[in-house]
Amino acid sequence: MTNQKQWQDICKTGEILPNIGVCALFEGQQVAIFKIADSSGTEQLFAINNYCPFSESNTISRGLVGSLAGKIVVASPLYKQHFDLSTGICLEDSTVSLDIYPVRIEGDTVQLAA
Amino acid sequence: MSKKIKLVVIGNGPVGHNFLEYLVDSGKADHYQVTVFGEEPLPAYDRVHLTAWFKTQSVDDINMVHDNFYGKNNFTLHIGNKATKIDRENKVVHSESGLEVSYDKIILATGSFPFVPPVPGHERDNIFVYRTIEDLEKITEAAKTAKVGTVIGGGLLGLEAAKAVMDLGLKTHVVEFAPRLMAVQIDGGGGAMLSKKIQDLGVSVHTNKNTQNIGDGNEAVHKMSFADGSELETDIIVFSAGIRPRDELGHSSDLQMGERGGIVINNNTLTSDKDIYAIGEVALWNNKIFGLIAPGNAMAHAAVDHLTGTGTSEFAGADMSTKLKLMGVDVASIGDAHGNTPNSRSYTYVNDREEVYKKIVVSEDDKYLLGAVLIGDAAEYGSLLQFMLNKIELPAEPEGLILPSIDGSSSGIGVDALPDSAQLCSCLNVTKGDIIEAVEAGATDMAAIKSCTKAATGCGGCAALVTQVLNCELEKLGVEVNTDLCEHFAYTRQDLYNIIRIEKIKSFAELLDKHGTGLGCDICKPTAANILASCWNDHVLESNLQGLQDTNDFYMGNMQKDGTYSVVPRIAGGEITPEKLIVLGEVAKEYGLYTKITGGQRIDLFGARVEQLPPIWRKLVDAGFETGHAYGKSLRTVKSCVGSTWCRYGVQDSMGLAITLENRYKGLRSPHKIKFGVSGCTRECAEAQSKDFGIIATENGWNLYVCGNGGMKPRHADLFASDLDDKLLIQYIDRICMFYVRTADRLQRTSVWMDNMEGGLEYLKSVIIDDKLGLAAELEQEMLNVVDTYQCEWKTTIDDPEKMKRFTHFINSDKADNNVIFTTEREQIRPAFAGEKSLAIEVK
Ligand code: SRM
Ligand SMILES: Cc1cc2nc3c(=O)[nH]c(=O)nc-3n(C[C@H](O)[C@H](O)[C@H](O)COP(=O)(O)OP(=O)(O)OC[C@H]3O[C@@H](n4cnc5c(N)ncnc54)[C@H](O)[C@@H]3O)c2cc1C
Ligand code: SF4
Ligand code: FES
Repeated sequence: MTNQKQWQDICKTGEILPNIGVCALFEGQQVAIFKIADSSGTEQLFAINNYCPFSESNTISRGLVGSLAGKIVVASPLYKQHFDLSTGICLEDSTVSLDIYPVRIEGDTVQLAA
Repeated sequence: MSKKIKLVVIGNGPVGHNFLEYLVDSGKADHYQVTVFGEEPLPAYDRVHLTAWFKTQSVDDINMVHDNFYGKNNFTLHIGNKATKIDRENKVVHSESGLEVSYDKIILATGSFPFVPPVPGHERDNIFVYRTIEDLEKITEAAKTAKVGTVIGGGLLGLEAAKAVMDLGLKTHVVEFAPRLMAVQIDGGGGAMLSKKIQDLGVSVHTNKNTQNIGDGNEAVHKMSFADGSELETDIIVFSAGIRPRDELGHSSDLQMGERGGIVINNNTLTSDKDIYAIGEVALWNNKIFGLIAPGNAMAHAAVDHLTGTGTSEFAGADMSTKLKLMGVDVASIGDAHGNTPNSRSYTYVNDREEVYKKIVVSEDDKYLLGAVLIGDAAEYGSLLQFMLNKIELPAEPEGLILPSIDGSSSGIGVDALPDSAQLCSCLNVTKGDIIEAVEAGATDMAAIKSCTKAATGCGGCAALVTQVLNCELEKLGVEVNTDLCEHFAYTRQDLYNIIRIEKIKSFAELLDKHGTGLGCDICKPTAANILASCWNDHVLESNLQGLQDTNDFYMGNMQKDGTYSVVPRIAGGEITPEKLIVLGEVAKEYGLYTKITGGQRIDLFGARVEQLPPIWRKLVDAGFETGHAYGKSLRTVKSCVGSTWCRYGVQDSMGLAITLENRYKGLRSPHKIKFGVSGCTRECAEAQSKDFGIIATENGWNLYVCGNGGMKPRHADLFASDLDDKLLIQYIDRICMFYVRTADRLQRTSVWMDNMEGGLEYLKSVIIDDKLGLAAELEQEMLNVVDTYQCEWKTTIDDPEKMKRFTHFINSDKADNNVIFTTEREQIRPAFAGEKSLAIEVK
């Protein structure tokens, strides 16, 4: 049971647009979910805490996504720090990182796990 | 420290003032106890730009004294107090008010006065000279009741005075004794072309006229009678017949004088008394008086160096080459303009259609440039001057230097060929070496060069050349100014703009695919969105555009520190009906928003959560409001005063114009935000001169000022054109706006754009007014497209259920963000501080 993730339905895949974040309420926490699409049409899902420690506000889901030096990142909308979506680590200050969450598509549903 | 040396500076004109600036720069100012006498009622102002006084009739633009210069340096300044006597025996200076100041050293900087020939009648009323602010005040006053104005003297200053008289609305005549205008500086051919161009502007030029009498007129105040029997009637007369040194103190104290006046100085600017220096237009060096500012400044330098021992510069004469714009006509004269050097050769290019005259004078062997005259187009001035000053060998066929190049490339000098000692800016004495030093110290643009070397801050004639040197040095140092937008696009914003426009690209995906790499980022995405909007003006939330928008554009509100947004409806010109005012109050009350009047004459409602934005805007749109684009890089506000409708001083309907302009340009996406101001008269209550576009009413229409800025680095806007009617005003603004959109860098306000523009204001005028690049029609068309496709972004959004889906905090819940917590202050909400809401953070 310990290794078994508890997946929870969040929303329909179609509700998340490519390269535009949404915020999910997941077990009392705010989680930003991004669907990153590249030019080949390949899509990748990422989930990261919505709380920006620099501005102390719940705004990460409203940041712009993109790539920097090969990493897929989101820029905080207020003061523009970048966070690596795969690790949660802040590019400008590696001592700061955001929690990341397992996320997947099950059928036509997006799911998060703790 | 030992006792201070008592230094008395007599004369507080530009040169006397610059002497003191250099003294401070030398680091030795505190060794001196400085007393300054100035006869004029104002502290030093920039006489070179005297005519600029007419712009605002205020000394602010030409004042030379900044940051409490005199007080800060403990210099005692007595203005409105003339020095009347130098008692060399007791070493005391006496003043008109009765002061007696003892001295160790004196600097005489008393300048010169305008020469008025003793023509019978010259002492009549309504006859003026053109030298001081007081002169201009008197001329302005007299012009109010006059119809015709005449300037006697067709030299450089005479033509400048004529321009002023014309701008005051008078029928203008110029009367010149010699057979041509500007006889000293330019040759016959150039003089003829200049006359023609000036007559085209409506000024009558009378050469070969020797004024013999001024008496009562029949139609006008005066009648002037000339030696050839002809007559001219005029209401006012301005004498501009040369200058004479103000050397009376030298006379009375028995200093060595020139035969025809002027106080004799040596290379250290010392007079015949080793404790008295003379600098500027009062000084006679090598039997010459120098009637320009640059030699005066060089003398001031030499004086400081000698006095303080901090330098070794000496005055060694000066090049009298000049370049100016007289009545909008470029005129330049270099070196031996008349070809007086024995056996010299000259080459001339005359173009009657464009009214351009260019001549170069070269040495017998075609190797060196000796002089030049340029009328109508002086673009080559900088490089020709360098050829002459640095004795650089000319190309094989020197005429190529002034012939128009068919492919538009510029022949001219490679700046690399210039020696480090080459003086690029003569006004402020800045050499190529100084520019290199500044670049090495980190300056990478013209704005930085101007602020650290002062180059190009005088007459501006050297700006193009200085820019070339700057770029060349940057390249050489390998300070490769990486102008790439970001790692995804190896292009500047201007490049991307052109690519998008020319290839008709409509989406970021297409742009990235064809010209970029990676996924893009928070720099290139909003920039692309902004350019796409400038070009095609589609709605910001179109499906292929929305993912590019910064959160402010995405939610069409400015995100505040706590993640809420502000709501700023457009209130064009600041005019609002009571009904609408009530609606704003009601909405704010219903949603509990913080309400404030902004610095832009409108009302900002703060603290709206995302999910509250649509119902708030529904109410506002229903009441007739539109989005104010407070979030966009786009037109913000057009600040206005009430103008002639209500104000007793207003001369035009500034309110009406402001509303027209705001409605025309709202929605234009631009490299950075754009602000306008419109004032109903010269009192300028709308502070238009601090805006990107400032418009000030005149009796005859509107004066247009461009590229002002408040903000971090304030910049006064420059006067772009005068007395425009509504139509021409809008035409110019259309063109300038689109030219800015086309050529500015990302997040570059118009002020910085202007400061970095090669050729500066004059270049912008040539593009916009003279249509030098042949772009005007295209720019207007592009603007028309933006105007025609305007939509209120909020109205379109709330009418579209698809777009509305984005306005929730959670994708899977209707709850609100529990970290948005307000407390109350002065009866309104404000975001709670971290301490005040620590509880909330725990539930993140
Ligand atoms: C609300 C307001 C202050 C107020 O309480 O009065 C304001 C608020 C902001 N200003 Fe401002 N500025 C406001 C008038 C001004 C003015 C005065 C004016 O327009 O007459 C200036 C100086 C004039 C000028 O721009 O030249 C001004 C110079 C700035 C600057 C500096 C620009 C510069 O070129 O130096 C910034 C920063 C920037 O844009 O990069 C800025 C940026 C901002 C931002 C957008 C900062 C931000 O990114 O959060 C603020 C948020 C606006 C909001 O939430 O709605 N604001 N700001 C004013 C809104 C005016 C309006 O109705 O739209
Ligand atoms: C309209 C105009 C346009 C010009 N354009 C240009 C240009 O484009 N380029 C250029 O290089 N030059 C130009 N000049 C010339 C330039 O302004 C002068 O070279 C410069 O002002 C000389 O400075 P100065 O300090 O020697 O003399 P001034 O400017 O004459 O200053 C001398 C000051 O000393 C005061 N003074 C005199 N006697 C006494 C006394 N006994 N006690 C106390 N104070 C006294 C005077 O009142 C005056 O304020 C222009 C001049 C004018 C009038
Ligand atoms: S700028 Fe002139 S017209 Fe406008 S309010 Fe001020 S004084 Fe009146
Ligand atoms: S030469 Fe006049 S500003 Fe440089």
